[in-house]
Amino acid sequence: MKVLMKGNEALAEAAIRAGCKHFFGYPITPQTELAAYMSKRMPKIGGTYLQAESEIAAVNMVLGAAAAGVRAMTSSSSPGISLKSEGISYMAGSDLPALIINVQRGGPGLGGIQPSQSDYWQATKATGHGDFQILVFAPSTVQEMVDLVSTAFDAADRWRMPAMILADGMLGQMMEPVALPDENEKTLPEKDWAANGHQGRREHHVINSLYLTPDKLEDLVVERYQRYRQVKAQEQRAEAYLCDDADIIVTAYGASSRVARTAVNQARERGIKAGLLRPVTLWPFPVDAIRKAAGHAKAFLTVEMSMGQMVDDVRLAIDCQVPVHFFGRTGGIIPTPAEVLGEIEKLA
Amino acid sequence: MKDLNIIFAGFGGQGVLFAGKVTAYAGLIEGKELSWLPSYGPEMRGGTANCSVCISEQPIGSPLVTAPNVLVAMNQPSLQRFIDGVEPGGLVILDSSLIDLTIGRADVTVHRVPASALAEENGLKGLANMILVGKLFHELGFCPPETLDQAIEKCVPARRAAMLELNRRAVALGAEQ
Repeated sequence: MKVLMKGNEALAEAAIRAGCKHFFGYPITPQTELAAYMSKRMPKIGGTYLQAESEIAAVNMVLGAAAAGVRAMTSSSSPGISLKSEGISYMAGSDLPALIINVQRGGPGLGGIQPSQSDYWQATKATGHGDFQILVFAPSTVQEMVDLVSTAFDAADRWRMPAMILADGMLGQMMEPVALPDENEKTLPEKDWAANGHQGRREHHVINSLYLTPDKLEDLVVERYQRYRQVKAQEQRAEAYLCDDADIIVTAYGASSRVARTAVNQARERGIKAGLLRPVTLWPFPVDAIRKAAGHAKAFLTVEMSMGQMVDDVRLAIDCQVPVHFFGRTGGIIPTPAEVLGEIEKLA
Repeated sequence: MKDLNIIFAGFGGQGVLFAGKVTAYAGLIEGKELSWLPSYGPEMRGGTANCSVCISEQPIGSPLVTAPNVLVAMNQPSLQRFIDGVEPGGLVILDSSLIDLTIGRADVTVHRVPASALAEENGLKGLANMILVGKLFHELGFCPPETLDQAIEKCVPARRAAMLELNRRAVALGAEQ
């Protein structure tokens, strides 16, 4: 039978079942249940739970553990992710796989503690300095939070890059029924690059992000971008709901996609052909699915809990073939289905 | 089954989140789609706390209930905050030991249960929430009593097994009101 779990706790349990035995964190609302859950569970399975002295220390501990070849993760909420951005950039520059969870709250600055989606740009464009990308997954249910944790760890290992789950306070705090994967020890991929001690049996491995020779650094960055091209071709995910015959396509991810789904259903009851295209990966952005939907839609409406961030990527994907409208609430306000329905009706 | 969009609201410490969790578990046991969303933040410390519970045959869209068809209110500020949003035809269950407001709406069904006083008189201190849950399930009739019983078992931690029987008594008492 399914169990009822909070999103934050489900993320933690899913990570353990995905073979993560090393968690480094620092408390912040609305993410704290995740770390609290880890503090109870990790000692029982022989893993490491460590509350660091700061977010920066925690993310650098993840870097160290990832360099040693184990599955490691950290979690935080918006202001804490800003602090972790240095370490994420270093991990990207060192080609290290790890999982970072952002349970978003309102910003900028300390902002507020209610749910928000205003870290989209940060997650997909600039999680730190330098030329790099990270994988970004956006669950919309507690079950999907569970499923995407394992997907994110696997993808991070496959491409040797950090992965992020971009959630929000609503998904983190809410409970829904979940089916968890079984607890059997997972076979994890071999990491023949790990700096994990070898007692002189091989050449030593170097994990590093400092390259003072421009030619060498350029070569490495270009190689990384060739990998990103493959990631874009293979990892895009999106869910299309009632899109096949839709005149108006709402695009939304995470919490706001749930509101949008209700509004789309209500629009259909009123005879408006609305659909929902929900990006599941935010990087790589599901350009192919959006372009396909743009082929027959008359208008797009992007709904976010922000002042409008993902809407830029929707416009770029569509390349101005169809008008793209925006509706958002921010600061910790969750839009209501009635508000979104009102916006859909304006376009119908 | 008609969709249930419920708000449980009261002071922090009255057990409104727990009441919502028991209700959500009953939905789970009945094989329904459901969500439970708490208010979180500074208002929980001595102020008002509330949670939204949605139970449906269909996947839940927004788990934040803004227009409830059921409101369980355990104090006056909560009633005042949420009563206007209740859908016409909705059900309102309130703790009349703590709420003496008149409700200026004729289009909702109101059940006044002196839950806090009943709890005090029956050795069920702190279980006014479960008396109201008993009344709620009696009025809704969306599941058999055994389901509620199992839901309580799921929500009372094993180390507090003594609370199980008290919760059952509270629910039974609520159903009689």
